[in-house]
Amino acid sequence: MEDVEDERSSLAWFLKGARGICSVPAVILMLSFVGFCALTVQAGIPPEQVVFMTGAVWALPAKVILVSSVLGGASLATAFLAVTLSSVRLMPMVAALVPELRGPRTPTWVLLVLSHFIAITAWVFAMERIHEVPRNRRVTFFAGFGITLVAANMALVGVVYRLVAEFPPIVAGCLFFLTPVYFLASIWHSARHPVVYVALAAGLVAGPLFYWIAPEFDILLAGVGGGTVAWAGERLLRLRREAGA
Amino acid sequence: MNWLEGWWAYAFIAIAGWLATDIWRWLGVIAGKQLRDDSEALNWVRAVATALVAAVIAKLILFPTGVLAQSPLWLRLSAIFLGALAFFLARQKPIAGIATAIAVLAAGLWRLGF
Repeated sequence: MEDVEDERSSLAWFLKGARGICSVPAVILMLSFVGFCALTVQAGIPPEQVVFMTGAVWALPAKVILVSSVLGGASLATAFLAVTLSSVRLMPMVAALVPELRGPRTPTWVLLVLSHFIAITAWVFAMERIHEVPRNRRVTFFAGFGITLVAANMALVGVVYRLVAEFPPIVAGCLFFLTPVYFLASIWHSARHPVVYVALAAGLVAGPLFYWIAPEFDILLAGVGGGTVAWAGERLLRLRREAGA
Repeated sequence: MNWLEGWWAYAFIAIAGWLATDIWRWLGVIAGKQLRDDSEALNWVRAVATALVAAVIAKLILFPTGVLAQSPLWLRLSAIFLGALAFFLARQKPIAGIATAIAVLAAGLWRLGF
């Protein structure tokens, strides 16, 4: 009896996560995918492969790098290296989310499977909402959101592929600009730890700085360098305030 | 422009795309399982993850690809600045900041004849 009740409630949480497809972040991501689709049309990639890439790689920046490596004539090894280096950021993102996501009895394989659905949008969405979900339902809620979002974007890319070539440049430009603007607003809005504000500012400064110093590893260096400085600074202030109080 | 053909395209995407990204997600799961959600270590990981994403944001704004690569930097920066202003005036409502920034960009691109 209790099992039936439990299953029904799991389905409800899964669907609740799936409804996240109608949220502002999901809609903005879908618009960004329309922008990406325009890029693949220009590159001459067949639609089946674009759909496959959307489901398999998922992270949008990694896909953009994959496409541009191949167009530049990169070998399998070179393309692998470029995409891997650009995706190191997924590790701390997943590591920061896992402690909030897992329940007391969540098996590791479930987390490994679900981690595939983590990219910037799903991460921002989850960090923003997951604390409103009871701990033993968080995995189900995230699965509902992640799986729906990936499936919807695969379908979207397949459908709009034929339409995007006709977009005027002003529309394409605005679609592209949505992504950074949305990330900025939503990270600031969803920050529940003071260190996030400091780290956001540090990364915005460190990104261009390292692009100028060491363009091959800029994102990685900006993250580790800027993040560490932000963490140390915020910790110092916090300890000083505690000592003063 | 040469794109890949047949099964090789799928193998290429699976190795250089799928595997190359999921490795880091799996390592993240393993690392994240060791972290307690109130620890100082998690605070550091959170700071690094946020700074990484912020660096990606800065790059998308300062060094965009596609149509925006031809747009002037001052226009993109004004769009971000006015968007931020609207965001804080509207008591940190994301949609206010996003709509303002996009509207400024669209108006600017239109004026410049895009």
